[in-house]
Amino acid sequence: MATTYEAIATVTVGSGGAANIEFTSIPATYTDLLVKISARLTGSNEAILINFNNSSTNLSSKRLYGTGSATGSSNYGSTVYVGNATGTGDTASTFCNNEFYVPNYASSNNKSVSSDGVTENNGTTAYAILDAGLWSNSAAITSIKLIPNANNFAQYSTATLYGIKNS
Amino acid sequence: MPTKLVVDCSTGAVEEIELTAEEIAQREADAEAAAQAKAEEEAAAAAKQAEKEAIAAKLGLTAEELVKLLG
Repeated sequence: MATTYEAIATVTVGSGGAANIEFTSIPATYTDLLVKISARLTGSNEAILINFNNSSTNLSSKRLYGTGSATGSSNYGSTVYVGNATGTGDTASTFCNNEFYVPNYASSNNKSVSSDGVTENNGTTAYAILDAGLWSNSAAITSIKLIPNANNFAQYSTATLYGIKNS
Repeated sequence: MPTKLVVDCSTGAVEEIELTAEEIAQREADAEAAAQAKAEEEAAAAAKQAEKEAIAAKLGLTAEELVKLLG
């Protein structure tokens, strides 16, 4: 049976924390990419944004979210978000559970991103989030950077990049 | 100085590298934009809630009763 998901690389944040996590030299040999994130921040719960090939332009996204007591939506004209990461206001030692999918990442078409994620919190507010993003650029994606809106990724946060074949 | 973890997918090597001045500036701009977006969302949510409560008050209902009625 053909292998569909192949783990390309994984990274775990050490005791010093990390401002960003970046996957570089991504091979063009897959059809799609998937990134799974288990993350916590050194400060408050914040969104995680991404960029491709170190480009911070032509990015946009739409968010739908629920907090446990309210729902809402947001539009972002210059950013692609992929869920939130838990922070110091959430239950200790809990991490978010997020993933985002990028189909046809090596094509010359614009690149779409779909993301779903939850933050863990044994309290009144915990987020469930769907993000839909777009990078309007024809270049093949060769690098992906994960950046918290504020604060750093805390120790034991992990991110794994998967290549998808036969999708 | 903040650092980033860089994974080279061709070798699997992970490096811890200090952010460049440009990356730090971008990080600060992102944080500022996010704080502004969050403030706008909170203001919009508060305005929506106030509007609901005003309608409920006209009807002699609590906001929760109005939500139940419309749900």
